[in-house]
Parts: sequence; C-alpha cells; structure tokens
Amino acid sequence: MQLWLIPILPLAGFLINGLFGRKFSKGLVSAVAIGSVVLSFLWVLKTIAAMGDLNTPVVEHYFTWIQSGTINVGCDFLVDRLTIVMLLVVTGIGSLIHVYSIGYMAHEHGPNFGGYYRFFAYLNLFMFFMLVLVLGASYLLLFVGWEGVGLCSYLLIGFYFDKKFATNAGNKAFIVNRIKNFGSLDFDKVFHQAASAPEWVLTTIGLLLMVGACGKSAQIPLYVWLPDAMAGPTPVSALIHAATMVTAGVYMTARSWVIFTHAPGAMDVIAIIGVTTALFAATIGLVQNDIKKVFAYSTVSQLGYMFIGIGSGAFSTGIYHLMTHAFFKALLFLGAGSVIHALSGEQDMRNMGGLRKKIPITFWTMACAWVAIAGVPPFDGFYSKDAILAAAYQHSHAIYWVGVFTACLTAFYVSRAMFMTFFGSYRGQAHPHESPAVMWVPLAVLAVLSLAGGWLFPIPEFLKAMFPAFEEATNPLLTYISVFAGLAGIGLAYLVYMVKPGMADALAQTFRAPYQLFYNKYFVDELYDNTVVRPLVGGSRMVLWKGVDAGLIDGIVNGVGARCRDVGSVLRLLQSGSIRSYATWVLFGSVALILAMGLFGGLQR
Amino acid sequence: MDVILFLIFALIAVVCAINVVVQTHPISSALSLVGVMGSLAVLYLLLGAEFIAAAQVIVYAGAIMVLFIFVIMLLNAGAETKKGRSYLIPGAPLLIVLLGLLAYYVQRMFPGSTMVRFGGFQGGGPKDIGTALFTTYLLPFEVTSILILVAIIGAIVLARKEIE
Amino acid sequence: MMTAVPISWFLTLSAILFALGVAGFLFRRNIITVFMSIELMLNAVNLSFVTFSYQHKDVSGHLFTFFVMVVAAAEAAVGLAIILTVFKNRSTLNVDDVNSMKN
Repeated sequence: MQLWLIPILPLAGFLINGLFGRKFSKGLVSAVAIGSVVLSFLWVLKTIAAMGDLNTPVVEHYFTWIQSGTINVGCDFLVDRLTIVMLLVVTGIGSLIHVYSIGYMAHEHGPNFGGYYRFFAYLNLFMFFMLVLVLGASYLLLFVGWEGVGLCSYLLIGFYFDKKFATNAGNKAFIVNRIKNFGSLDFDKVFHQAASAPEWVLTTIGLLLMVGACGKSAQIPLYVWLPDAMAGPTPVSALIHAATMVTAGVYMTARSWVIFTHAPGAMDVIAIIGVTTALFAATIGLVQNDIKKVFAYSTVSQLGYMFIGIGSGAFSTGIYHLMTHAFFKALLFLGAGSVIHALSGEQDMRNMGGLRKKIPITFWTMACAWVAIAGVPPFDGFYSKDAILAAAYQHSHAIYWVGVFTACLTAFYVSRAMFMTFFGSYRGQAHPHESPAVMWVPLAVLAVLSLAGGWLFPIPEFLKAMFPAFEEATNPLLTYISVFAGLAGIGLAYLVYMVKPGMADALAQTFRAPYQLFYNKYFVDELYDNTVVRPLVGGSRMVLWKGVDAGLIDGIVNGVGARCRDVGSVLRLLQSGSIRSYATWVLFGSVALILAMGLFGGLQR
Repeated sequence: MDVILFLIFALIAVVCAINVVVQTHPISSALSLVGVMGSLAVLYLLLGAEFIAAAQVIVYAGAIMVLFIFVIMLLNAGAETKKGRSYLIPGAPLLIVLLGLLAYYVQRMFPGSTMVRFGGFQGGGPKDIGTALFTTYLLPFEVTSILILVAIIGAIVLARKEIE
Repeated sequence: MMTAVPISWFLTLSAILFALGVAGFLFRRNIITVFMSIELMLNAVNLSFVTFSYQHKDVSGHLFTFFVMVVAAAEAAVGLAIILTVFKNRSTLNVDDVNSMKN
C-alpha cells in the first residue's frame, strides 16, 4: 500500500525547498511545495480506494526502532476509518491553504523573497509531522509527530512560544506511564490490555493524556498561547490553529477511546473541561476588536465543543465537529487574511465596515462560514453541533444547557464580526481591493465544503463501525432548541450592531465590570505571568545561578585547586635533596609496613 | 657446644658491627666489618653452609672489603670532623621500634621448633650448590655473569680520567 | 644445657645486625661509611637466608645468598667508582653536601 509515501512527499518538498529553495524562483518554490501536498492528498485517495474493506485496519511495518529487553517498538503506520478522516482533512485542507499562501505571501507583510522558500519549507515540514502523527500505529510515533508539529508551529510563528512546556510535560508523563504499565506502545497491544488493567491506572493515564491534549488543543488552562500565536501569518493561523495541529489533541483522545471507555472519571473531566473552555473562550471572543483574535478564541471554544462530544462518550461526534470546524474555521481565517490583505494590513475591526460591496467574493465566502458556524441548518456546522449537544444531553443536562448558551454566544460573536467588518459604512483609510484568484479560489472551495460538508461526509455513520455503540436518542426538541439558539444569536447581533449602532457601546458602559473582564481575557495572562513565570525566572536566577552554579560548583572547582596546592607544599618537604632524610622516610615506611602486616596481614605461625 | 660457639661468635659479630657504626675513621670501620664477616662465616658453618662460608671469606672479606680499603686509601679519607644535621631524633625511635618489631615477630613466628646443630644440614656442600646452580638456577647464573660484565664496564667508565 | 641453638636466635641476630646497618646508614656522614653499612645490612640478610635454608632443609637458600653476594660485589664496584667521581667533582666525602637536588 506504500503508506509511507503520504508523509514522505511533503518531507521531500521540505528538503528540496529547504536546501535549494534559495536559488529557485518564486514559482518553482510554490510548485514544489504545493505539488508535494497535493500529491500526498491524491495518494490518500488512492489508498482509500485500494482499501477494500474499511473495517480491517491496514498496518504497514517499516523497521524496528527500539529493541531493548522487553520493550520492542517498531515504526508502523496504521490506517483505519478514523485515520482516513484525519488524512483527508489534513491533506485536503492543507493543499488549499498552500495554494492560498502563494497569494498571501507574495507581497504581504510576511518575509521577503529570501524568506519565501523558508516559509513553504516549514509548511511542508509541518505537514510531514502532522501526517506522521495521524498515521502512527503506536503512541511513540504519535508523540514524534506531536513534538514535530510543535516545533514547526514554533518555527512558523516565529519565537512567540514559550508556553509549550505544559504540553510536553503532559505527554512525557503519559508516555512514561504507558511504558511502565503496558510494556508496549503499540495501539493494538495497549488496547487489548486496557480491559484488564485496574481502573485507577486507566483514569490516571486518561487524565495525563488529557493534560497533553489540553496543551495542544488549547483548552483551559493551557490555551493562552493560541491567541498570541495570531502574530504569525494568517495562512499559518488557518493551517495550524484551525485545521490541523490543534486537532491533534482531539485525535489523540479519540484514538485512545479504549482507555477512556474504561475510565469514566476521566471522561467526565474531559467533558467538563470542554464545556468550561467553550464558554470561557466565547465570552472573551465577544468583545475583542482584532479580527484574528476573535477567530482565535472561537477556535478555542469550538475545540471545547469537540471535547464535550468525546467526553460524553460520542467519539464520532467529536471527530465530526473536527472536520466541519476545519472547513469553516479555515475559511474564516483565510477570509480574514483576505480582508487584511485587502486593507493592506489593517486588523482592527473598528477601522473596517462596509466592505461588502468592495470585496464581494471574500464577503460571500465568509458568509458561508458564518452560517455554518452559527449552526444554521442545513449547513454542516448545524449537523455536528447538534450531534454534540444531543450527546451532551444524554451525559449531563447541565453541560447541555451551558453548551446551548455557548452556541448562542458563538453565533453572536461571529455575527458581530461580520457586521462590523462588512456592513455599515467604511471607517478606515485604506483602499480595499479584492484578492487575487489564488486566494479566493481556495476560499470558494472551502465555502462549498462548509455549506455541504455536513451531508456530503456523514462522519458518525462512517465511524460507527469503529467506536463503541453510542445510543443516540434523537429528540427533535433538542434540535429545535439548538437552532433557535443560533438564530437568536444572529438576531441579537443584528439588533445591537445594525439597528441601533450605539447600543453596543451603551451596553459596554452599563456592564462595565464584565466587559472589562472579558476584554482583558480574565487577566489570565497577567495571572500566569505573576504566579508562574516571574517566580520561575527569579528562582532560577537566585537559587540556581548564584547559589548552585557560582557558589557550589565554582566553590568545588576552586577548592580542589587550592587543596592541591596545599598538599603539594607539604609534600615538597619530602624532596629535601638529602639522602639521609630519604632513608629516614624509607625506614618509617618499612616500620609502618611491618606494623600493618603484623596487625592485619597475618604474621602468625 | 654449638650454643657456646654461637654465643661467642654472635657476640663478636655484634660488637664489630657496633664498631663499624661508631668509629669515626673509615679504616677502623672497614676492619671491623671484616671482623663481622669472619664471625658470620663461622655461623654459616654452624648452619651447614660450607660453600657459602668459604665464599664469604674469599669473596666478601677477601675481595670486596679489600676494594673498600683501596678506595679509602686512595681518597685519603680522614676521620669525620664536621658536625652536620643530626637525624638522631627522628631516626633513633624508629630504629628501636623496628628492632623491637622484628624481634617480637621473629619470636612469635619461630618459637624454637627447629634446632640448629652442627651437621644437621648436609646439603650445603659444593656438590649440592653446583647441582642447583646449573639446573634450577641456570638462568640467574648466566644473568649474573652479564651483571658482572656490566659492573666492570661501568666502573671503568666512571672512574677513568677525563679525555681532553 | 641444650646442645642446639633455636632458629629464632639466629634470626634475632640477623635483625640486630640489620638494625645496626640502618643506624650506620642514617647517622653517619661519610659516604664510605654509609656504604659499608649497606654491606652490613646485606650480610644480615644473608644470614637469615641461610637460616631459613636450614629450616626447610633446602639448598635454595644458599643459592640466594650466592646471588646476593655476586650482586653486592658488582654494586660495590660501581658504587665506589661513583664515589670516586663525586669526590673528584666536589672534593668532599660528606653526604650532606651532595644535595644539589634540594627543593
């Protein structure tokens, strides 16, 4: 089946562009980059076609990586239904974003010509690692991919990441735990043994996995890096933070469903974290003025929804939402990028407005994403969100109602963004112009997917064969409630921003305290800074640097030197140059020797 | 009878040894050393080492000590006069301790089990020495011949006059 | 009155002679006297070799004594040659004055 081609093609693109890209023309760099990803996508399609029966996973073993005692870890790739979904999302949307990036990076505020090839090289490298993550048949390979995408996001954003330690800590903890408990990292071996392991072990593992997932998928309390990461170029935001990397956490929890089904405590924790994050992020997104920040918090919130789905036991709904979210969030980000491009760099929505007539294609495509994310039927956001809420209702009514409220907020803030950007009159100074074709064609494709993806790709049906049976009680009342919430959100936003423009500011004045709280992101960044970052840096400086390094270690080194000198000056007395003193020392030594032999050596009869 | 012999000659040996150490003029020390060697030869005879006794007198007392006396005469060494640093203080106690230890351990390890009488050991004659020397100890024997050769060459080289 | 001498007496005599040799080596300043003390020590050791040879009724002890004598002879020859050379260069037979390796 040659599964290895899927990740190797982007890796080849990275190597070619990385090593020789400096000498290539822009066109050649783009062709190599896009070509590798598109070829990978086509190979995925071919693989799916070649897999006759989708119920038996395909495993390809490449080489044995570690062989030490009882630990035997191979490098294997696994393709089953879940993998297929992830592969299609990653390569498909990845290709679209690569195409878009040609236009965006051509003359945007991104790197100059010299950095162009580097950007595409990093994008390809990112694809490689993400595919390794998805294709891996063991936790070890998954972790390799995990670390790799972390590294690439660091490279692509450019030195904004200093909070990734949390992710790595969580993952490292669980890998160690895994080796200890199961002696193997291969998925199938782990899952066979999971049924027999004691529950508290599985709960611990589940919670540790969750910590890792929280970091990568930006849940509470490890979400703070995602909005800051918006400083990078918009295609990067789209690729990494909408469609792929952040979903790695969701994928990992879904992949570990065997463990989680045996650890209901961990599942509850997941669901609670998910719903809390969803609500929390939605409230912050309500009042942000930077268009990318709004979507960033929206991503955090939607990831929370995915975890609600998984935590409630309906793994396939979480993955379903992952897919639909990839469509409309990527579209939103790319569209925002188009807007920013049109306005030559403006990102503050207060300086936008009335762009509906000026950049119509962007507007209409983003509108498709708008209705999708708001959950308006029959577009795909509705299907996935409804499925999640239905699952949540069966799990816990409290989570359900909070989820509904958050859906309303979601609709509200996206509508607010749309109204502020595209409606009314233009408040800025730039000359808006429509984006080139390379940019709006991917937007159009994504728009179609956002509208129709829900019923084109019925994921829950597809994945039903894999995950444990989830009793879905279809309650039409719940559907009506969620639709109503979405429409209410849109309506409220219309009211506040369109009908009575001053109402927004008036509300902000009245509810000054909550507004300030949301606007300043609950002061979480400041909190982290004071409680974690400052003490850590200060402690390091005082204790580790001055105390240990200078004091102890230098003290030892210098002390050894000084003692050597002292001993030497004593020993120097031995070298007196006088034969008789030498003889005296010899005598002394021999007396000592005889004494020692007599006392300890055994000079007996 | 053997005891008396032993005591007499042991006494002579010790007295001569003390003389070696105490005398100021090197010639006196050398002559006392000859005395020590002679009494030791008698003791060897008591122990049945006939060849060794003969070798002691001929080689040690007859050749080596004569060499010493030649050199003393050549150098016209006089009695010791100058008083230098004395190592008496660290040396004497150590020496006494050494002697005490040796004597003590000797007493403990060999409490009179074997008695020496004249004629008790018959294997010390030239025949036995020769047999052992040319069979078991052939290699050391040959090596010592080379050693002597080296010593001769060394002595000649060291002591000759400078070639201008 | 016994007619035989215990072994330990011979060994004690050997120890006494050895100690006297060490005393001479430590406390005398004339190089030649020091050398003679060394010979005294060697003789003491020879005595103990022969004594042990008697104890084990083995002639090997005599052989050892033989080799010690040979080596002592060679050593005396070379050592005296060295003393001659030193005397030629320093005009002194005092052991303490031959200290150019001091510190």
